[in-house]
Amino acid sequence: MRAAVKAPPSYEKMPMTEETKSKYSKTGDRIFRLIAAMCAMMAFVIIIGIFLSLVHGSELSLKKFGFRFLISQSWNPVTGEFGALSSIYGTLVSTFIAMVIAVPMSLVIALFLVELAPPFLSKTVGYSIELLAAIPSIIYGMWGLFVFAPFMSDHIQVFMGDHLGFLPLFQGPPMGIGMLTAGIILALMILPFISTVMRDVFLMVPPVVKEAGYGMGATTYEVTKDVVVKYGIEGLVGASFLGLGRALGETMAVTFVIGNSHAISASLFEPGNSIASTLANEFTEASEPLYLHSLIELGLILFIITFIIQAAAQIWLKRLNRDVGIR
Amino acid sequence: MKLRPKFQRKLVDNSVKVISTISAAVGIAFLVWILFEVVSRGASSLNIAFFTQPTAPPGIEGGGVANAILGTLIITTIATFIGVPVGVMSGVYLSEFGRASMFGKAVRFAMNVIMGVPSIIMGMFVYSFMVVTMGRFSGIAGAVSLSIIMIPVIARTTEDMLRLVPDSLRESALAVGTPYWKLTLSILFRAAKAGMTTGILLAVARVSGETAPLLFTALNSPYWPESITQPTANLTTTIFNYAMSPYADWQEMAWGASLVIMAGVLATTIAARSLSKES
Repeated sequence: MRAAVKAPPSYEKMPMTEETKSKYSKTGDRIFRLIAAMCAMMAFVIIIGIFLSLVHGSELSLKKFGFRFLISQSWNPVTGEFGALSSIYGTLVSTFIAMVIAVPMSLVIALFLVELAPPFLSKTVGYSIELLAAIPSIIYGMWGLFVFAPFMSDHIQVFMGDHLGFLPLFQGPPMGIGMLTAGIILALMILPFISTVMRDVFLMVPPVVKEAGYGMGATTYEVTKDVVVKYGIEGLVGASFLGLGRALGETMAVTFVIGNSHAISASLFEPGNSIASTLANEFTEASEPLYLHSLIELGLILFIITFIIQAAAQIWLKRLNRDVGIR
Repeated sequence: MKLRPKFQRKLVDNSVKVISTISAAVGIAFLVWILFEVVSRGASSLNIAFFTQPTAPPGIEGGGVANAILGTLIITTIATFIGVPVGVMSGVYLSEFGRASMFGKAVRFAMNVIMGVPSIIMGMFVYSFMVVTMGRFSGIAGAVSLSIIMIPVIARTTEDMLRLVPDSLRESALAVGTPYWKLTLSILFRAAKAGMTTGILLAVARVSGETAPLLFTALNSPYWPESITQPTANLTTTIFNYAMSPYADWQEMAWGASLVIMAGVLATTIAARSLSKES
């Protein structure tokens, strides 16, 4: 027969004096927890609020243009014809240029920081690259318009026109401002975000896996390509997604250099517009309700695109179960 | 399997190493280039009037951006007073009450998503619920839009920093009968002080350089800020308006203002980072 074990009196059942009762009073904790939960609720309030206010604010153009808004290229405040195609095109093209430059460059910078540089250099270079992310975007705009655009038109675009001018992509007058310049500046702005996450991903690869590769006589490049990148491919993709989300919504720097024309042209030297740059330029000038609603619908499109990309990146990165990136 | 010649493999390896070093150098070169241009072009327009006079019409001698500097300080301060308590309390919720609950996970997810929403969208959001309702652009609307950008950044850093505090500290405080709110405010916050301060300073630095959300909310004004319910002058929108203007003297002022805002943001960022490194 088992000996009867007497259960210890539970915490709640212990006799309480008046003094201990007040000490263990839970009212304060309940209020505290409620306040914290209400603050946390703000996250949902903000997201739902943004969505509802943008849908409500774009009522007129949603009704009038419907799906046609997405595929119409006209943007004419005088006749009241609005379509988002040129803005969407400009957003996608400038972002695409930025990604084509920033992703490979971030990858090799991360390689430099983790595998090649001695610790001191790695720290300094990493810190400097992160500082690029701290510079306000309006500074990129100033620098882009007054310094980088003239540099592009005097040197880079002339050179590209001479040697690659047979491609329709690189034809036209070298004006400095335009799609290509906007894309390059965007690349510079998202570079720190992507390279920092990629560096963190590289650092997560267990040394023993890399050492096994080196032990087989592989070179640094071979270990990186066949071991590190394969091990961390999910993180690298997630890093690129984060950069993509940033590039799509970047406003001020693009507004300064993209040229703000509602035309779709094959050449990257020609001016264009992005959703964000159109909003920044025209929002306070829009006097007609339909004009204003069309602009807000542009904002709605941008919000939906970035929301999907951010959500996808979060879900994707969550599989890594680690926090990475710039804080 | 056919082995590639050793020479070829070494060549590829070395060229990748060279490319990767050059890329890092290019990144730094751009940083130096931007810093150099802003400092050299901005320094010439800095003088006493720049910091003491309000903005002047183009062509008129003198004038500064003092009203814009003051406006930016006011807007950022109000944004901080709204954003920090909400952000910190959300962080407390995530770390102390909602670590593993569905609600906590959903909040964490939503915060991360908000961090990636373009700041110009925040401007439109606040425009539609404050500017339209109040009937005019106002400094307070600008501050609210900036605070919305701050909240997720502060919430996530606060959560991370509180999680670093060992559970044994919580348990020993609870064992002697400390209520949870007191434990959080006077023990956890104290233990995580350095990290939380860094997070808050980084968030403040980031929003003080924001332009896009202010375009539709605080707008801009050529006068001294008198009331936060009126359009309020601020540095970043002033830079935008001045740079886009055809007047050479305004463009010079824009460079001066760029230098001021960049120096402020970078100094705060560097200070914040060195703070967390010390602890």
